[in-house]
Amino acid sequence: MNGILDWAMHFALACFATGMVCAALRLLRGPSAQDRILALDTLYINGMLSILCLGIGVGAAIYFDIALLIALFGFVGSTAMAKFLLRGEVIEP
Amino acid sequence: MKQHFQPMLPVVLLGLWLLLNDSLAWHQWLIGAALALAIPKLANTLRPLPARPRRLVVAIGLVWHVLLDVIRSNIAVGRIILGTVRQQPQVGFLKIPLDMRTPHGLAVLSIIITATPGTVWAGHDQDSNELTLHVLDLQDEEVWLRTIKERYERPLMEIFG
Amino acid sequence: MTPAELPLWAALPASLLLVTGGLLALLGSIGLLRFNNFYARIHAPTLANTLGAGCVLLASMLISSVNAGRPVIHEILITLFLVLTSPVTTMLLMRAAMFRRATGRDHKGTEAPPPAPETDRP
Repeated sequence: MNGILDWAMHFALACFATGMVCAALRLLRGPSAQDRILALDTLYINGMLSILCLGIGVGAAIYFDIALLIALFGFVGSTAMAKFLLRGEVIEP
Repeated sequence: MKQHFQPMLPVVLLGLWLLLNDSLAWHQWLIGAALALAIPKLANTLRPLPARPRRLVVAIGLVWHVLLDVIRSNIAVGRIILGTVRQQPQVGFLKIPLDMRTPHGLAVLSIIITATPGTVWAGHDQDSNELTLHVLDLQDEEVWLRTIKERYERPLMEIFG
Repeated sequence: MTPAELPLWAALPASLLLVTGGLLALLGSIGLLRFNNFYARIHAPTLANTLGAGCVLLASMLISSVNAGRPVIHEILITLFLVLTSPVTTMLLMRAAMFRRATGRDHKGTEAPPPAPETDRP
């Protein structure tokens, strides 16, 4: 009965891993800087989702905190780099 | 200028704190209440323009519409990515004149537009109050214009006044 | 890594949500790799950010609530956070791309540039 949930979990994990490979290829290929930032953001989201998926499997609440922190750092990092492309500095006086 | 007490932000903050700790113990209520009262006071100096949302029913209807549109455009963009429509999409910019001036309404509108797959908010001209919209598969400009004006902008103008 | 015994009425929708979320995230990443233009690519990861993440979070909420025997809904926090923040990143990237195109800093620019309108930098 729980075989179906187990299967779905592994399927979703495989999807996220393939998605991370796609994003990593785009990160390496570019061609422009904003492409790489977009790819990094996608990488973060996919990583967060796979951590959540693992958390479902293990059933420990700590995975939720990890996912929240990854989402937080992903947002701050991508925004800082996008701001740098836009204005040439991150924190303006 | 003395503002009268706004209960909405502290209540939301307290709810977020209880959710974050996933408990309803009495000490969590205490810490949450202290934070919920302190944070709006400190944040007030950062953004002195308070939002006054009204009309809860309209807001719930708007959220429901946005949810439906997100699901619908997820399917549409998924079909474009899989290439069943055509090999490469026709991207394009679109200018839409707005009637709304309130900054909170514009902020919510930008989040709605960008969170819906297939459209990205690409800029807003303060003088002419014109929104620049970027669309992934630009087929019928009239449809986008009508969707944004009637489905999103009108309820937002009712909510934020 | 098998979860504790779940009743079928919870396992079935959770599995469906997980599969949907995984497929949507995969689609978004494939679109990121497949499109030939940055302005098209910027739309692809939104799929994973909105409905993909929403599906996985809903499945996580459902399973942990059934496991704990009480509503465990703190995944709503991640949903709220993603809904509020991922559009900000996308908008900033869009404006950075338009700015770099307009000022000619984008030497390795993407193919088939659409006519970019003027940015509204304050």
